[in-house]
Amino acid sequence: MISLAGRDILHSWSKFVLTGLGLGLLIGVTFTMAGVYRGMVDDAKVLLNNSGADLWVVQKDTLGPYAESSSIHDDVYRSILGMPGVAQAANVTYLAMQVRRGSTDVRAMVVGFEPGQPGEPGYLVAGRRVTRSHYEAVADVKSGFALGDRISIRRHDYRVVGLTRRMVSSGGDPMVFIPLKDAQEAQFLKDNDAIVNERIRTAANPALNRPGVPGLLDAINASQTSNHNVNAVLVRVAEGRSAEMVGRDIHRWKHLQVFDREQMEEILVAKLIATSAKQIGMFLVILTIVSAAIVAFIIYTMTLGKIREIAVLKLIGTHNRTIAGMILQQALGLGLIGFAVGKITATVWGPAFPRYVLLEPGDALRGFVIVMVVCTLASTLAIRAALKVDPATAIGG
Amino acid sequence: MDQGVGIRIEGLSKRYGAGETAVDALKEVNMSVAPGEVVGLIGPSGSGKTTLLKCLGAVIEPTRGRMTLGGDVIYDNAWKISDLRVLRRDRIGFIFQAPYLIPFLDVTDNVALLPMLAGRPNGEARARALELLQALDVAHRAKAETSELSGGEQQRVSIARALANRPPVILADEPTAPLDSDRALAVMRILNQMASQYQTAIIVVTHDEKIIPTFRRLYNIRDGRTFEEAGVGRALV
Repeated sequence: MISLAGRDILHSWSKFVLTGLGLGLLIGVTFTMAGVYRGMVDDAKVLLNNSGADLWVVQKDTLGPYAESSSIHDDVYRSILGMPGVAQAANVTYLAMQVRRGSTDVRAMVVGFEPGQPGEPGYLVAGRRVTRSHYEAVADVKSGFALGDRISIRRHDYRVVGLTRRMVSSGGDPMVFIPLKDAQEAQFLKDNDAIVNERIRTAANPALNRPGVPGLLDAINASQTSNHNVNAVLVRVAEGRSAEMVGRDIHRWKHLQVFDREQMEEILVAKLIATSAKQIGMFLVILTIVSAAIVAFIIYTMTLGKIREIAVLKLIGTHNRTIAGMILQQALGLGLIGFAVGKITATVWGPAFPRYVLLEPGDALRGFVIVMVVCTLASTLAIRAALKVDPATAIGG
Repeated sequence: MDQGVGIRIEGLSKRYGAGETAVDALKEVNMSVAPGEVVGLIGPSGSGKTTLLKCLGAVIEPTRGRMTLGGDVIYDNAWKISDLRVLRRDRIGFIFQAPYLIPFLDVTDNVALLPMLAGRPNGEARARALELLQALDVAHRAKAETSELSGGEQQRVSIARALANRPPVILADEPTAPLDSDRALAVMRILNQMASQYQTAIIVVTHDEKIIPTFRRLYNIRDGRTFEEAGVGRALV
């Protein structure tokens, strides 16, 4: 038996292919949206992986350091290091800010870390690691910085000595790694005018500026201009020890919030990007509905254009099943072209997106099934119209 | 079974609607066409030609009467065949005013489609189509798109399609309407040849004055009743 759908497609292939291309671009957008969501989840996982930590110790009753602000003293890590089962503990700071490159701004997550400790960039793709205590930086390639570039952060300039990749915040901002002390200054130290103002205010406060207590004012001023806070302590657990147990001990004895890897992933994926995920989900639903409407409209229009032929086919004895099959096959063919075009376009334009777009084979497979189901459902309108055609209409009168 | 009859209708009536608004489109129509015979069916607009054609083509159900096709009773106050689609496919050929070829099939497949629908293997169906296309002198356009054919060629292909399943009867609805005199007569000559060659009964509904003399027998339908006018025409073959 001849494939009526195949012959019809071959007969008007240009119309069919152009329609498929249009549909494919829409499907490509849908895949990209799904890829953006997957990219966000993957970024979160990579962020946790690259930190090299098993536990995140943060301010009590906060979900820091990524989802909420957290501030703890920078000497806490020493006491944590002394606890059983802790192999490494290191301070880190995270600060999302605009860093300057010449006359332009770059949105970045500035990370303060201690070399050789958890929190430093996992690997480099160019240059070297930070070896000096001040004014050197390692930047993610997405920031646009090149080796040797100068980055202005607050009052100081930093030279880019190394480049890393896939080190972005949960918001998608590329990371810039600088030494911890510099990062603490950048985050907590006020500008000179503010310091002068603060000193004047302190000096004017009789409770803090007591003539009978020499040195008190200087001590207070010194404490106001120095900072000893970090956002979190990253802990690496000794081999063979349970991260959960070590975390429980830290929480119990140090009165700090501790998250293990699974909990932190939950915070990042389920809480931090939940709104974005819902937004993307809404887009996916809308795009799916729009795609279905387009396929339904195209197939319905194509079918209406063949009403006379369908009437003749029915009159000469073609089974309704054959006619319905023809329309269904055309809808599926359109979906197949759309899927192929969508997958290719999403793959081609994905890397050009500012955020990481992760196209997973599983999503492609699910997308294929959804496209085919949508096309099948969309074809029902046209099939209904075709089955309603009276074969008598082929005979004049 | 009466093997000497291509199609016979006796007392066939068709009423549309009911009650005061009922319209009797056909009233006790009688008609008989022998295998190999081509008869004309003429009548003014609204006389019931198309209704009769649709009843004969098993696309609408008569109200009462009897129809015999190739010796089998297919209607006797009710359809005697359960699957009218199969009846139309296997036992009735249709030729339309416009050829209504399937535009996405080439010439051969337009003709071969019917045997294929009837379950014939593709090779056998195409061989049958080519044989008919040769008989109708359009075999040289066998691989052509239907849009590349002239009007006359398209009509010949539609005749080949009507013959494809060797039906005992062909219903032709104004097959010469869009053609000039020469081509109209050529089509009638072909229909006579095919009727004779394949022993098919052909009923031609027409308004076309120029082909009326070509019928040996003519049925005139007026107000839903048929009147036979024998010996009106001349033989074309």
